[in-house]
Amino acid sequence: MNEIAVEVQNLKKSYEKEEAVKGVSFSVSKGELFGLIGPDGAGKTSILRIITTLLFPTEGKITVLDSDVVKDYKKIRTNIGYMPQRFSLYQDLSVEENLTFFARIFGTTIEENYDLIKDIYSHIEPFKDRLAGKLSGGMKQKLALSCALIHSPDILILDEPTTGVDAVSRKEFWEMLIRLKEKGITILVSTPYMDEANLCDRVALIQNGDIMSIDTPEKIIGDFGQKLWAVKSNNIYQLINDLRRLDFIDTVFPFGEFLHVTSNTEDLNITELKSILNEKNHLGIKIQQVEANIEDCFMQLMTK
Amino acid sequence: MLKHTDNIIEVKNLVKKFGSFVANDNLTFNVKKGEIFGFLGANGAGKTTALRILSGLSYPTSGEVTVAGFDVYKEGEKVKKNIGYMSQKFSLYEDLTVRENIRFYGGIYGLSNKYIKEKTESLLERLKMKDIQNSLIKSLPLGWKQKIAFSVAIFHNPKIVFLDEPTGGVDPITRRDFWEMIYEASDSGITVFVTTHYMDEAEYCDRVSIMDQGRIEGLDTPGELKKQFNAKNMDEVFIKIAR
Repeated sequence: MNEIAVEVQNLKKSYEKEEAVKGVSFSVSKGELFGLIGPDGAGKTSILRIITTLLFPTEGKITVLDSDVVKDYKKIRTNIGYMPQRFSLYQDLSVEENLTFFARIFGTTIEENYDLIKDIYSHIEPFKDRLAGKLSGGMKQKLALSCALIHSPDILILDEPTTGVDAVSRKEFWEMLIRLKEKGITILVSTPYMDEANLCDRVALIQNGDIMSIDTPEKIIGDFGQKLWAVKSNNIYQLINDLRRLDFIDTVFPFGEFLHVTSNTEDLNITELKSILNEKNHLGIKIQQVEANIEDCFMQLMTK
Repeated sequence: MLKHTDNIIEVKNLVKKFGSFVANDNLTFNVKKGEIFGFLGANGAGKTTALRILSGLSYPTSGEVTVAGFDVYKEGEKVKKNIGYMSQKFSLYEDLTVRENIRFYGGIYGLSNKYIKEKTESLLERLKMKDIQNSLIKSLPLGWKQKIAFSVAIFHNPKIVFLDEPTGGVDPITRRDFWEMIYEASDSGITVFVTTHYMDEAEYCDRVSIMDQGRIEGLDTPGELKKQFNAKNMDEVFIKIAR
């Protein structure tokens, strides 16, 4: 048996003159939670729409559970659940009507697969007679996920499910995804939030139609390969400008309350840097070495 | 910090109801001149409602609100003249060029042709966008549009600029470039009032307020909030308040 759920080989997609996806390759193993991580315009949606057989690739060979996305699209559609970025349920049907509709399209019933969605649907079931258009953002999201799951798909594909969602709802959504993964569902998810990469088994970091790196989050962080310092003072704006003028400083990026700084030299002389900043009248100076995170890695790959 | 002395926004017992639904439940807070003020909250917590009132687009049900020294009930037009506004769905005209957009907004705020011309030159220079000044907005990458939208929002030198989720969807480097523009604006004396879903951005603010169900449940510097909620970062503070 093939252990690969989704195989993408040299996928290219052009819209008229514009090349949105420039030859990407990756595979998603069965049971894996795989993340496509990158900003708007990176090509994430194009890739997901091709995998879900909604768009044709310009070039490349893409298979989903060994079926070809161009030739065997009908077969693929029964095996996948897809949650597009924009809420695309029927606003003028009730919660329950939407769910019943999706169940029937796939020749099943709510009862038959209730176990799979119970965890998620139970939150909105008390409002099952409410029109979908009248739900709050978080409830719409739960309904959309229930509808994508109601035919018990082998693979769940989600396009930026957490964009514009607050930190609490984002956390809850990822907890739901992780529980679905534990039930054996393969999950392919895209997101512009770099911190969500840590919740995936493997990620592809994607920018301008190219994949910059594919690996486990731990491995990507391990490959950062530079020492990283967190620096702060009472005047962050002045600190950015002062650090950038020093010739032994390589990159300076704001990171929460600190600046993340790399050096051109093998090591950074903390005492020396402190005295330079003291001379420039900085107060409350703190400098400490820190571990890189996925966002540091993404920025390093972008500037390579 | 010493630069933060006078209040530029004063809100006392602000209530806003829609029918029986209380969107803003007795908000009281001040924003100091020149500060970067983060306005956070879960979806549906009432941020947008408050933001619309502060920018003169909607009236409170009750309470006292002054913005840049003007009363939002009686002096809404003066409020609008003294603020800048940029939302996630920025208001640039896609089928006008970069230069035309700047010209248009300058005109709306009643700035003189001479001033607009001079300031446009220096702005294009600083944004390094001289080469693309005659390109249509729709042909530009998202990050560039955001920088232009921000520059346009502060083109008339407002006392306050309101930014509603300004950095959604851009790459991490562009997001940081954008925050450096915010620091620069703040350094030049413009008060920045910003909403965001990125919790690391909350740490860039001088002070942060966190709303939940129509109320402000936390308001302090990021450092103090972390102490108060015994949290290691703003993400944890937010989750403790909003969950």
